[in-house]
Amino acid sequence: MKPINQMKLQIESRSVNEAFSRATVAAFAAQLDPNIEEISDIKTAVSEAVTNCIVHAYPESVGIIYIWAGIYENGVFKVKIKDKGCGIQNVKQAMEPLFTTLGGERAGLGFAVMESFCDKIKVSSNIGKGTTVILEKHFITRGASDGRD
Amino acid sequence: MAIKINTTPVRITVVLSGEIDHHNAAALRLEADEAIQSSLAPNVRLDFGDVTFMDSSGIGFVLGRYRIAESYGGNVEVVNLSDRLYSMMKLAGLDKLVTLKNKKEVK
Repeated sequence: MKPINQMKLQIESRSVNEAFSRATVAAFAAQLDPNIEEISDIKTAVSEAVTNCIVHAYPESVGIIYIWAGIYENGVFKVKIKDKGCGIQNVKQAMEPLFTTLGGERAGLGFAVMESFCDKIKVSSNIGKGTTVILEKHFITRGASDGRD
Repeated sequence: MAIKINTTPVRITVVLSGEIDHHNAAALRLEADEAIQSSLAPNVRLDFGDVTFMDSSGIGFVLGRYRIAESYGGNVEVVNLSDRLYSMMKLAGLDKLVTLKNKKEVK
């Protein structure tokens, strides 16, 4: 299925860009006329995914985070967050609540939060090549613009 | 993101405002811990009333302050939570470690 509208964003994996990336994706999603809860869901999920790239994918260096977002028919919103970092050894284990490789104050809840605030999540990863997270959320739509009016 | 601290002999209140994410949690931790460790108040109250956004870094923040309070026999309560933050903290199981109060429950 082709998106009605889409956007791409590339950012450096600096933690100061966490707020920028979630606000930007949320601003794009505003075209779907979401309610406050739905916007908060998207912001939180994107923040988790981008933080994972900064903390885990590029732990020792600054890399590029590739963000894509698309608006589809019937209020479907997809966000792809991709890195070319170290990759995840065991995706299933990484997605388990409370699992973290870092300890300290990382709660190990990033994927659990993404899952609870989105309708679908897909994670694919290759060691040494990077990780892609696709988030999908269905907005209770009041009629999305087709971008032509 | 800002932090305000009030201390009495029995309670230290840490009032947070703005957005809590991985980027600014480090600075928050530093400031809160310095105050908590110099007061050693038996009750640590974390006030989330003016927090406009939080991801799982906020959960880590509460968890870390709980560990510090617990180390000297103190307890933690998290107050003024919006429904959203309340359910996120509950999802993380924080209700088993600290007292969670949403906005209506605080006197």
